[in-house]
Amino acid sequence: MLISEKALVGGRSYGLWIMCLLLVAAAGLLCYLRQISQGLAITGLSRDVTWGLYIAQFTFFVGIAASAVTVVLPYYLHDCTEFGPLTTLGELLALSAVIVSVLFIVVDLGQPSRVLNIVLHPQPRSVMFWDLIALSGYFLINTVIASATVNAAHEHVAPPRWIRTLAIVSIPWAISIHTVTAFLFSGLPGRAYWLTAILAPRFLASAFASGPALLILLCFLIRKQTAFDVGNEALRKLSLIVTYATAINLFFILAEVFTAFYSEIPDHEAGFEYLFVGMGGDYHLAPWMWLSFLLSLIALTLLLVPRWKTDSSLLVIACLCVFVSIWLDKGLGLMIGGFVPSPLGAITHYAPTLPEWTIVSGIWALGALVTTAFFKTAFSIWEKR
Amino acid sequence: MKITRKHFLQMSGLSLIAVVAKKLVGGSANTSASESATKKTRWGIAIDLQRCRQKEGCNRCIRACHLAHNVPEFSDRGHEIKWIWKQPFEDVFPFAQTTYTREVFATAPVLLMCNHCDDPPCQDVCPVGATWRRDDGVVMMDWHRCIGCRYCMAACPYGSRSFNWQDPRPAISAVNPDFPTRTKGVVEKCNFCEERLAKRLSPLCVEACEEKALVFGDLEQPDSEIRRTLRSRFALQRKPELGTRPSIYYLT
Amino acid sequence: MNDRPYIIVGLVVFVAFVTTPVWHGLATQNARFATLEIKLPAQEKQCVAPVNYMRASHMRLLEQWRDDVVRGQGRQYVAYDGKTYDKSLTRTCLGCHQSHQEFCDRCHAYNGVAALNCWECHNDASSTTRKPS
Repeated sequence: MLISEKALVGGRSYGLWIMCLLLVAAAGLLCYLRQISQGLAITGLSRDVTWGLYIAQFTFFVGIAASAVTVVLPYYLHDCTEFGPLTTLGELLALSAVIVSVLFIVVDLGQPSRVLNIVLHPQPRSVMFWDLIALSGYFLINTVIASATVNAAHEHVAPPRWIRTLAIVSIPWAISIHTVTAFLFSGLPGRAYWLTAILAPRFLASAFASGPALLILLCFLIRKQTAFDVGNEALRKLSLIVTYATAINLFFILAEVFTAFYSEIPDHEAGFEYLFVGMGGDYHLAPWMWLSFLLSLIALTLLLVPRWKTDSSLLVIACLCVFVSIWLDKGLGLMIGGFVPSPLGAITHYAPTLPEWTIVSGIWALGALVTTAFFKTAFSIWEKR
Repeated sequence: MKITRKHFLQMSGLSLIAVVAKKLVGGSANTSASESATKKTRWGIAIDLQRCRQKEGCNRCIRACHLAHNVPEFSDRGHEIKWIWKQPFEDVFPFAQTTYTREVFATAPVLLMCNHCDDPPCQDVCPVGATWRRDDGVVMMDWHRCIGCRYCMAACPYGSRSFNWQDPRPAISAVNPDFPTRTKGVVEKCNFCEERLAKRLSPLCVEACEEKALVFGDLEQPDSEIRRTLRSRFALQRKPELGTRPSIYYLT
Repeated sequence: MNDRPYIIVGLVVFVAFVTTPVWHGLATQNARFATLEIKLPAQEKQCVAPVNYMRASHMRLLEQWRDDVVRGQGRQYVAYDGKTYDKSLTRTCLGCHQSHQEFCDRCHAYNGVAALNCWECHNDASSTTRKPS
């Protein structure tokens, strides 16, 4: 297989990078084995806050996976030829993001050995059933497209014609995976913070901001480490997508805040109040939520002010701000806001424990490993052209 | 008889679709009863809060249930497992009182358990069918099938469910051999004493109450004790605006 | 060729890994290669189904009982000889077979068959004497 041929050879720094990732992944695996043996009690989760960092990370990375559409759509439907190699990179990133998301679900399960029950006893009424179908289908589509493209480049032929059809299918499919993920939360009657029609649009907006931001950051990293360069025009167009998506995401958040606080309905206000101000003496999340908001504002400023938006080092900072901001909001705040206050009004403090962070880091490292392997394969083949 | 390859593939494809469709339709038949069904049983409990308040600090129903069902006792509030418990009125019905009535009702204890809803959100979300509403109204749990995803806990608007964050057995002081324990990694909740209902006995909480504060019966029978009780006094339900249609009523 | 040492080492590791069950079995002495002694019930001579059926398909019977009790509301089992039994692992099965360590586990260990772990939840005589922690 191409990956085994291309991804296992590299320079000294490449080997070091792989070693570090493997170490972190191994640490995560050891903690996960401990979790299997002792149960999820080693996490910071509790009877009131039953989903935390794991599911929040699942949500965040499904968004990253869905964001491949931001490069695929312009390239295939609007002839943005600058996005040529970026579409492949975006699809490959989507593949690792799906793998990471599914891993986060698996580590969150109390009885992971029974996971096949989802397939043996399907429940079409459960949104999780559809999420599984959507994610599997998306993974399949992207695998086929990406491997066909890379293999074609390796054989020095043009990619087959049917890739275009599959890519166009992947566009609504990408939207669907993140919509379905939002529907996991936005149909639950007892969780007022999530019970909002704008959750799915909000998920998509934040995905289309954080995903391309990550892609831009990766492109800069690749520019430094390899001879590969997607080109400034592609990066400029991608940063435009990040700008619009960040702006729309902020607008959605403000719209939510308005509905909650103008209506003054206690259930609607409670989630926001707990997250941004604190309740019952517990305000440990407030600094992080305000930081998230601030980072998005800073990013937007850097991306919009004409004097700054052409500076590539400021673009890197802006993308970092966007990524961290949305990670804080979606990768942590979203989850806890839905569970606190509890249905009986209890304020429960949730903070991930060290084992929890280790397992999460391990999965991040696995994702980075997979992405590295994919990208290295693609670059080695493109370099030969 | 000669059959072309194209014809064969068409037939196989159609048969596959038919089989899968049947499995999907048949698989989801284990769900809630339709509204138009007649002559059905629907078990319910009416909790008389006045009678429950008679004996301060009384926990007989809770102890009876938790002992018989091997519910573990954890000191860490975050990991606690409870099938039936009490909380102040102002936590359970935060909007059923106003500022000036708060003094009277705020701290009065209210008995809480799974509401055994007619349209349970937990049933809708379970990806493996480990929880479902039985025809007689009991919302069941299959601890063999549960994968511990805790989606049902997120979906329950009442906080009725608990998760086994660790092995429960060390925290069970005396195991009742007649009822299984659970294992780590599965969700559990009040099961309406369905093992007793099968023997035509009423739930343990109902039997254990010395003040007879819990009235149990068939909500579909117009002359059952619970129906008569519900006709005689005004009864509250928890969060009725969510459309879950609980089977637990509270007489204030 | 520089790869030869790697290949040899790889082959040795692979062979060692693939023969792990043998080493593990020998090391833990779990399986009694000589004899299999299971403790049969003292009084009862007839199970809920014929011995041959139970030997071949007791897992299917248990799964059926499980699904019937939990999901199908059918708690009574009419056996091949007309007798009615309660579909209960603890009360019916262990009512006669007493201890899963001396009956079920012995056969399973001897045959190297991993069963679903019933005893994490279901009780036998030993679990009633558990002391509070």
